[in-house]
Amino acid sequence: MTQEGYVMRDPTAETAAVQRERLAPPPDLGKATIGLLCISKERSEEFLDTLAARLGARGLEVLRFAKPTHTKPAPEAVLADIVERCDVVVEGLAD
Amino acid sequence: MAAAEFLVLLKRECETCRMVGPVLAGLKARARLTLWSQDDPAFPEQTGGALDDRSLEQSWKHKVEIVPTLIRLEGGREVARTEGWNRADWARLTGIENIGKDLPPSRPGCGSITMDPGMPERLALKFGDLKLASRPIEVGEMDDPHEVAYDRGWSDGLPVIPPTDLRIARMLAGTTRKPDEVIGLIPPNLAECTIEKVAVNAVMAGCRPEYFPVVLAAIEAALKPEFSMHGLLATLWFSGPVVIVNGPVTKRIGMNWAGNALGQGNRANATIGRALQLVIRNVGGGRPQEIDRSILGNPGKYTFCFAEDEADPDWVPLNVARGHARGTSTVTLFHGDGVHGVCDQRSRDPESLSRSLALTLWSVCHPKLAQWSHAILVLSPDHYDIYKQAGWGRGEIEAGLWQALKRPGRDLVRGAGGVAEGIDPSHANELVDKFHPGGLLVVRAGASGGLFSAVIGGWTAQRRNSEVQVVSQEIGT
Repeated sequence: MTQEGYVMRDPTAETAAVQRERLAPPPDLGKATIGLLCISKERSEEFLDTLAARLGARGLEVLRFAKPTHTKPAPEAVLADIVERCDVVVEGLAD
Repeated sequence: MAAAEFLVLLKRECETCRMVGPVLAGLKARARLTLWSQDDPAFPEQTGGALDDRSLEQSWKHKVEIVPTLIRLEGGREVARTEGWNRADWARLTGIENIGKDLPPSRPGCGSITMDPGMPERLALKFGDLKLASRPIEVGEMDDPHEVAYDRGWSDGLPVIPPTDLRIARMLAGTTRKPDEVIGLIPPNLAECTIEKVAVNAVMAGCRPEYFPVVLAAIEAALKPEFSMHGLLATLWFSGPVVIVNGPVTKRIGMNWAGNALGQGNRANATIGRALQLVIRNVGGGRPQEIDRSILGNPGKYTFCFAEDEADPDWVPLNVARGHARGTSTVTLFHGDGVHGVCDQRSRDPESLSRSLALTLWSVCHPKLAQWSHAILVLSPDHYDIYKQAGWGRGEIEAGLWQALKRPGRDLVRGAGGVAEGIDPSHANELVDKFHPGGLLVVRAGASGGLFSAVIGGWTAQRRNSEVQVVSQEIGT
């Protein structure tokens, strides 16, 4: 098939995927504040309680966060709170 | 009259234009007259031809719909126009009392070439009335546009119609809304989406322009916070948006509510649902195995859209039951996971049929889980007839099903029947409702000839009844 001057329009948001490098893990978890984000599914807390206990037993600093419902994205305020206070975050799923 | 000048736009193909040739010659001898011919600059011979408007630029600029069009200009500005031949009008505009006295008093003109199908959109693009803002993607001389669309990740897996400027312009002609209007932020990336961007995706989905207002309404419904489109896209569950269309628009655009209404074969059904999905994919960035975390998905995530059968005046259509005025065109969006058939060829009374349908309805999500997911019951004509003959309408059917959908908790608790899954043991001594109030939608569709109906299961997040809701939206223009 050949054609000259055939132009289509971009159906995307044109936020062309810029490859983002993953952040390097902190060299020493002992100095990091770890956030545990509960997504509010059944048994999310149970899972995160176990995790918090295990991390606490290793002497690590753990902070707890929760979004109101797993059916919607976390509110900006929750995300901002995590970013401001934590170095690492674990998002808890319970399925 | 000395200050006036005249403009006439015409075409040789038009019999009325040919008829007024001698009149134009007479007018040219008495006044400043400019003629533009849409198809042949040698025409009319009586005036020695006309200026060449085969590009249609002048006809478009002057918004000509009928030829001949006579325009009176004063100081270079239009003050009056008349279309076709009408002696009284031409006399009034030109000030020549006995103009065309040998011609019949009036004769209608012909359609301007600018009004040919698809031409207004072509000319709007050509002469700058419509400027598209979406990034142009040039297709190489040796490339296939369909393959380019695949390579760029624009497709749901099926071929898409290449979104060229002309196709987009035609789609935009299907709405009165401006191309640069922002319809909302599309999840999951919360990307700003314009009417034009929806049009690009509607073209790719295969929509006709007259479907476009339905697509726009479906997107507006999906963006209502209570619908939770982000969660529906991201869920592990099977579900995706199911679009149910009600009202006069369904007949106008040729939707299917009869045989195979939930299946393939109808362009409007197929492409409206697909356009919604393509907007989520392309604008929102919602792709399978990325933010779309569905464990299995379902074929309805290509497209799932159908119309309700509103032919029976006794039936209360879904949108009316949801509070819209009868005769309103609406979309209703549900979080659906797939179609499950129900065969009941023995029930002849509404009570038996309700209990029978309830057995299958109990199976959505899991037969031992209650209020974990909503459902749609699609009543076929033959099952509906059993209710109708008993004098049951929507209200009685919904009430009958509600009663039939109660089960003893002891049969449902975890461990009962040797099945670990189930409801919390604290409900063992209660009669348990399968659905939240309002969690069962009853709609009518399908062909007669089989005592079958369909259950469309919902989304497990509907157990959070206040956070995840079925939504409706009126269809605009």
